[in-house]
Amino acid sequence: MTIREMQKVLDAKFLYGEELEDLDVEFVFSADMMSDVLAYGSKCSVLITGLCNPQVVRTAEMLDIVCIIFVRGKMPDENMLALAMGKGIAVLATDHYMFTTCGMLYEHGLRGGA
Amino acid sequence: MSGGLTFRYTIDGDDFTRAGEASSSVKNKLKMLGLSADVTRRVAIAMYEGEINMVIHADGGVITVAVSDSEITMVLADTGPGIPDVEKAMREGYSTAREEVRSLGFGAGMGLPNMKRYTDEMQIDTVVGKGTTITMKVRL
Repeated sequence: MTIREMQKVLDAKFLYGEELEDLDVEFVFSADMMSDVLAYGSKCSVLITGLCNPQVVRTAEMLDIVCIIFVRGKMPDENMLALAMGKGIAVLATDHYMFTTCGMLYEHGLRGGA
Repeated sequence: MSGGLTFRYTIDGDDFTRAGEASSSVKNKLKMLGLSADVTRRVAIAMYEGEINMVIHADGGVITVAVSDSEITMVLADTGPGIPDVEKAMREGYSTAREEVRSLGFGAGMGLPNMKRYTDEMQIDTVVGKGTTITMKVRL
């Protein structure tokens, strides 16, 4: 599934990285605890989270994650977006809750990394 | 591959938003040196957890990263409160972090276990009231 397809399925806003829209992704990790993302998300290229601070982008960077999806209407600030831009990480934001977001993407073939 | 490179970073203890800048810099440097994505990722994750720990628990510290032809050695030294019970601290889920830290997405008790998980060797030298030095190695 491409980042553009995820954006459409989730009715998400594309906050940064439309040039990355054709990137194909397969494995997704979702959590609000970044410690857990670092522990278990190393095979994943997409991060779904409701946490909204610069360490979300840093965590994604360390794991080579290519797309962050903020759920529950969370909106990253300019600093976070600038950080994502500097690292070439696409950023989406959706109003759906985390469970719904995961379910919708699972239905479209995406899987967890474990 | 160039041998014998050393990078040194002073970590600021009171700015959580900047935590991770040193790890990010190391990750970029290792990429530029042509190291594999796997090695680069493991070093970055282990160092990032250590860097976050320094900010959360020890009011900062100094990180030295040495790259040789055979391994990458990270030494994280702080003059913080020390770890009273290392065995407990190594247990997944055990954390002494403040609630405020948890609300920032850390303090789940995964930091030290993660550092061990992603490196080939890890040694903790700690003295309560004096500080902690953690040495981690990732073999190439």
